Amino acid sequence: MSTAERVVVVGASLAGLRAAEQLRAAGHQGPITVVGAEPHPPYNRPPLSKEVLAAPPGGAPADLLERVLFRRRASTADVEFRLGDPVAAAALGAGTLVTEAGHTMAYDGLVVATGLRPRRLAVPGPETGRHVLRTVDDCHGLRAALPPAGPADVVVVGAGFIGCEVAATLRTLGHRVTVVEPVGGPMARVIGDVLSAAVQRHLEASGIRFVLGAGVTAYVGDDRVGGVLLDTGETLAADVVVEAVGSVCSTEWLDGNGLDLSDGVLTDNQLRVADAGRVVAVGDLARFPNPLFDDVPRRVEHWSVPTDTAKRAARTLAALLDGEAPDPTPFAPVPSFWSDQLDLRLQSFGSPALADEVRVEEGDPGHLTGGVLATYHRAGHHVGTLAVNLSPARQRDLRNAFAGLVPIA
Amino acid sequence: MKVIVDLALCQDHGQCAIAAPEVFQINDEGHLEYDATPDEAMREYVEEAADVCPVQAILVEG
Ligand SMILES: Cc1cc2nc3c(=O)[nH]c(=O)nc-3n(C[C@H](O)[C@H](O)[C@H](O)COP(=O)(O)OP(=O)(O)OC[C@H]3O[C@@H](n4cnc5c(N)ncnc54)[C@H](O)[C@@H]3O)c2cc1C
Ligand code: SF4
Repeated sequence: MSTAERVVVVGASLAGLRAAEQLRAAGHQGPITVVGAEPHPPYNRPPLSKEVLAAPPGGAPADLLERVLFRRRASTADVEFRLGDPVAAAALGAGTLVTEAGHTMAYDGLVVATGLRPRRLAVPGPETGRHVLRTVDDCHGLRAALPPAGPADVVVVGAGFIGCEVAATLRTLGHRVTVVEPVGGPMARVIGDVLSAAVQRHLEASGIRFVLGAGVTAYVGDDRVGGVLLDTGETLAADVVVEAVGSVCSTEWLDGNGLDLSDGVLTDNQLRVADAGRVVAVGDLARFPNPLFDDVPRRVEHWSVPTDTAKRAARTLAALLDGEAPDPTPFAPVPSFWSDQLDLRLQSFGSPALADEVRVEEGDPGHLTGGVLATYHRAGHHVGTLAVNLSPARQRDLRNAFAGLVPIA
Repeated sequence: MKVIVDLALCQDHGQCAIAAPEVFQINDEGHLEYDATPDEAMREYVEEAADVCPVQAILVEG
């Protein structure tokens, strides 16, 4: 078992933390350093669009952070965290990294865990009043921009999961919320048109307005945003804008090493980065084939994926450091995500987004709070399940039914 | 081994009951019930449950 080999984990969020924990669980005894761009220790992001965004106003970023920090495991007590200094470049051939502050590090094994950052809209107009939501600092900035005294006009650009959650949370706080989405209905790409339309009606009933099929042309205002000009000619009043228009993978620091970085970091089924030696990738940016579905490598931006990939990637890297071949058993995690919007809880297993057919198995999409179960199929194969407001007591059966229904190639 | 669930945080996601059904169950009312002193043999599953809880409400001690 390796005792001297040094592992560097780049990215200090969920995936990076779990990778460090799982390397210890896999028997790696050598030094581990986790390098993070953010100044904060690893924390949990999902509450940032839910409970933490909804928390009573006031409080410093440190107080918000306190609510979402991950607990430190005893097994990682000797893991070194170097925070607030991103890795700027890597020379994989030499096994070295250099940080923005100029610090150089050598590694024997490398874990890529730098995740995503929000895409920004390239439209003209003032900067002040434009927000994104990925980090605890973003969340603090958005909260601080909302007037404590009265309702604000909020425009959310993008009706994906984060956009819908932010809209729902801000509506609950009493703000006037409009969601602008150029392509399809809310979350339609993932949950399909029928459920998307049902969720839209439910959110609309709370007073959220949806403007679909429209794009943003400009932000209006002098030194701060006062409105959003759409390509339909309409101008929406806006004190605060939240851009939730997807993400960009943070892989620039790997440029120049001949890797396939066209969409995240391409890996094999064991999470080993193609053509890179003792390097694995984990979390939102890992593009790996999942034999539960087919052999096409895909990234999966769900909270369950950092933990699942870290477990497997740690074993792969530990084997490589010991000079052994990684375990060839197929890695076939069941992706799962949840989303809370007003009084709805969506829970999914599998990959509904792959489907060409949606079947509503239980309940009435016109009455989501009564509970709805939908299954998703591709060429007749069950590839995903979505439960809306079903009893959590059923989660286990739903997940197991899914895992059992799809043949592992 | 001692298991503590912060019930103020727990939102009945039920992910723990998928990972370690012998220790965590969701009752008919949809709420979590759990064994606070599970057998040591359950450790791997209990730790998995703590990992997958979306609100990180599960603390494993000892
Ligand atoms: C607001 C919000 C709500 C969400 N809600 C849900 C939900 O309800 N359900 C669900 O399933 N999923 C949800 N997610 C998704 C989930 O949080 C992600 O899947 C998860 O955070 C991915 O973890 P990760 O560690 O792979 O990447 P990230 O969390 O993106 O972490 C990557 C880290 O690497 C750092 N980094 C980047 N570049 C460098 C560099 N060069 N050097 C060093 N460090 C670097 C970044 O600063 C960051 O801290 C949500 C995400 C957000 C933002
Ligand atoms: S996974 Fe967490 S939130 Fe869900 S029931 Fe278990 S302890 Fe509660």
